[in-house]
Amino acid sequence: MSANVQSASPTEGKASTGRTISALIAKFRELGLLAFIVILAVGVQFRNPSFLTWENLTDIATNTAILSILSVGMMLVIITRGIDLSIGATLAFAGMVSALTVKHNPGLNPVAALLIGVGIGIGCGLVIGFLVSWVKILPIIATLGIMNVFRGFTFEASGGKWVSAHQMPTSFKSIATGSFLGINNLILIAIVIYIVAYYFVSHTRTGRRIYAVGSNPDSAEVSGIRTGRILLLVYTIMGGLAGLAGVLWVSKFASAQGDTASGYELSVIAACVLGGVSIAGGVGKISGILLGSILLGILNNALPMINVSAFWQMFIQGAIILIAVLVNALVKRGIDRNNLMRRKI
Amino acid sequence: MKKFLVTCLTVVMLMTIVAACGNNNNNGNKGSSASPQASNAASPSGDSGAKKKFAIIFKNTGNPYGEKEMEGYKKAVEELGYEAILKAPDQPTAEAQISMIEELISQKVDALAIVANDPDALQPALEKAMKAGIKVISLDSAVNAASRLVHINQADPERIGRTLIQGVVEMIGGSGEIAILSATSQATNQNLWIEWMKKELEDPKYANVKLVKVAYGDDLRDKSVSETEALLKSYPNLKGIIAPTTVGIAAAGKVLTDKGLKGKVQLTGLGLPSEMAEYIESGVCPWMYLWNPLDVGYLSGYVADALVNGTVTGKVGDKVTAGTLGEKEVIADGDGTQVMLGDPFKFDASNIAEWKAVY
Repeated sequence: MSANVQSASPTEGKASTGRTISALIAKFRELGLLAFIVILAVGVQFRNPSFLTWENLTDIATNTAILSILSVGMMLVIITRGIDLSIGATLAFAGMVSALTVKHNPGLNPVAALLIGVGIGIGCGLVIGFLVSWVKILPIIATLGIMNVFRGFTFEASGGKWVSAHQMPTSFKSIATGSFLGINNLILIAIVIYIVAYYFVSHTRTGRRIYAVGSNPDSAEVSGIRTGRILLLVYTIMGGLAGLAGVLWVSKFASAQGDTASGYELSVIAACVLGGVSIAGGVGKISGILLGSILLGILNNALPMINVSAFWQMFIQGAIILIAVLVNALVKRGIDRNNLMRRKI
Repeated sequence: MKKFLVTCLTVVMLMTIVAACGNNNNNGNKGSSASPQASNAASPSGDSGAKKKFAIIFKNTGNPYGEKEMEGYKKAVEELGYEAILKAPDQPTAEAQISMIEELISQKVDALAIVANDPDALQPALEKAMKAGIKVISLDSAVNAASRLVHINQADPERIGRTLIQGVVEMIGGSGEIAILSATSQATNQNLWIEWMKKELEDPKYANVKLVKVAYGDDLRDKSVSETEALLKSYPNLKGIIAPTTVGIAAAGKVLTDKGLKGKVQLTGLGLPSEMAEYIESGVCPWMYLWNPLDVGYLSGYVADALVNGTVTGKVGDKVTAGTLGEKEVIADGDGTQVMLGDPFKFDASNIAEWKAVY
């Protein structure tokens, strides 16, 4: 679409220098969401001056890192018209196993603990991917069942007990509290994952195939894409990221419980939907889910700071999410209409 | 054919879900659940010949605190020579507990102890149980007075509220701003304790202590962390935090540790020794309180026995001899009656090493 604009004849281009700016903006469909986040941040700042401080912004980023990592995987799954309800359970299971491992081997290198978590997550993801791609069970049913299975595993692995802070070695806890070049490890890991994910979905063949499978599975199949493999891949990536998030979660809160992150999948799906990922499949951008996660992160951080009663907090949270989706949808509709009008026939 | 295969697999998947749920439900009562069901099948009437059956329902599975409470109950019941049935639903909802109560009514248990997820919603089910001749008591988290014969109170709410304020005031040196980090804004226990905290603060000797905010972490790790961070930022002069909930106090301990605020902001409240050991040993939380969940369950077992044998009826003034705990008296509690376990127990650097291994 942007190519069309650029190739417009010079006379026409001169007449509309304003249009090139609008074309630039038009490329960035999540504008509505970004504007909304800025307005929200300014509003909260008026209520509580300590909101836009370096310390608080770092806190927001640290607390949002895990959510944003999970949104990447969830976006890929949703793009293929699927959904993964089991990630909270996968996260808890991977976190619990890595916590138990370091409890019994305090000398273990924290990187090994991370790898164990990711490995378990990938295993869990492979099972779901197999059920969805080969056995062809609806993703919502498959992951709903698997969710309970993994929760059961978590309780069974721990014997219903918690792994507490004093049972974890300092090296394990410092995965989440440590920093590199002054930036917290959690934020760094999230940034790396976003860069890799951006390259993967926009610049690799496999990445583009994920979109193809999501927007039209039949024509993808006809054009020679092995949809089964793509499905297996996205659920495995999701599982791996959930496993990673599990280790980070346990390390961050220094506690592993059977009901860790129970219901967290809904926050992740919310972040994706807020970021413009379409539940119908085929649509979704890395920049969108990043903004969606940030919006949720800001809400979680800001609501306790604006000093309203707990009941109003829930109302405000729901209202803001609805308004954000609405604004985003309206802006998008406008941009799409402009794009249509600009199109040369 | 393919369609048939898919249908079959879907059925298998659904079975997995059901099986997984069932598995969770029985998580807390391994070993003991099999036998009552077996004996039930043999003698459905479950009359005088069989062992008496004492049941307990906790809020949800996977809670080490609940496991200890049920363990204490089981210990008392087995000491008395009866059979204990331990149950807990998968999710902490009243609906799940109601279906378990119905199940136990049809199993014809003799006594039922419940840790309620809702004070009022269980009333119809529990009234039905009492009509069926089952002695119903509540422990820890109460049901309303009409749905029980007597309540076992883990600790006097007044003593908890007042002790927590006295503790935090001692820590902050007699003056300064304090805040409370609670569970949900609806939690019955926490709200009652907070009320007593506020009453204690009315005393003129606390003129220089100011309660700036009651925050709610909903007993979720991430939310409790956000709430603690918000407290620290909104009230830069904050000197003490009281967290009367196990998840909240551990989350607050973690935040204070990570931000290096040890000694600047004091922390106390009610917490699990194993979860809090790290922070008590490091000095972030100088000391905290809790009752012994084993004792709560144990006392409940003996009170249930006294009710079943008819030595007490649950009215004010009744006395129960509860094994190793000694004699306890039934006292008034609003419209109903209750038995108090006693003062909260203090955990500090001197005894935490011994308790962190227990629960």
